[in-house]
Amino acid sequence: MPDTPVELDSLRRRLLVAGCSRWVLAPLLSSVGLVPRRVLAADASRLAFQATSLADALQVAGASAAADSPLIVIKAVDISENGAQVPIEVVSNIPDSQQMLIFVDKNPLPLAAKLIFANGTVPRARLQLKMAETSRIRVVIRAANGKTYHASREVKVTIGGCGT
Amino acid sequence: MAEAIKLRVIWQGELAEMRILMPHPMETGQRKDPETGKPLPAHFIESFSVTANGQELVRGQLNTAIARNPLFSFYARGLKAGDRLAVLWTDNKGEKRRDPFIVPAN
Repeated sequence: MPDTPVELDSLRRRLLVAGCSRWVLAPLLSSVGLVPRRVLAADASRLAFQATSLADALQVAGASAAADSPLIVIKAVDISENGAQVPIEVVSNIPDSQQMLIFVDKNPLPLAAKLIFANGTVPRARLQLKMAETSRIRVVIRAANGKTYHASREVKVTIGGCGT
Repeated sequence: MAEAIKLRVIWQGELAEMRILMPHPMETGQRKDPETGKPLPAHFIESFSVTANGQELVRGQLNTAIARNPLFSFYARGLKAGDRLAVLWTDNKGEKRRDPFIVPAN
């Protein structure tokens, strides 16, 4: 937020700084009665995407107990100049990998993507993330037996991609 | 109407890399309109799927943390020339875009 108006009181400023997305504000608005509750309860499968801390996002996604695994490979540059477009590749060598969850620890909304593989699709993906700042990228794989596995790596970001 | 999805199949032996571009602004909801100074509302692809002959290969749910004009690569075994691929996305405003593709020869 480079150009926050000076008249903002500190609470509002903190809230605005806290979020890349208006979804961050939604629960707060609802608690003071500005938004009907039922609008927010739209889709339970989106709840993990609305979590504003990594711990919450992992918990809602059912990934808190994931075991570290060297079988998950995260390829990315060590330093990215442009946080608006950080290419990564994730390969899971865990047998029967079904779901791939991708988190950026320090993004306002840490859960970036959830991918589900079926019918001969290899649990491997290339995509481009937005990163607000230097952060760990975290991948959780859920296998067919329900077990979860985890790996992470840090990517340094020179210019954050939150406002882009 | 949103711009057409692009898909390219790149054969790596038996493995087919499907490179998929879904043109979309992927607004985070934080940016301001440079002219009016008003906040731009969040506008992003929430879910997508890729099918081959009607069978799902991969589906996903996304957040605003995916870069503008999302570009993905997925990798499938068992595809063959002539198979009918389709990519469908739905965004948080309920807009949809679906495009069909034919797998080219290896």
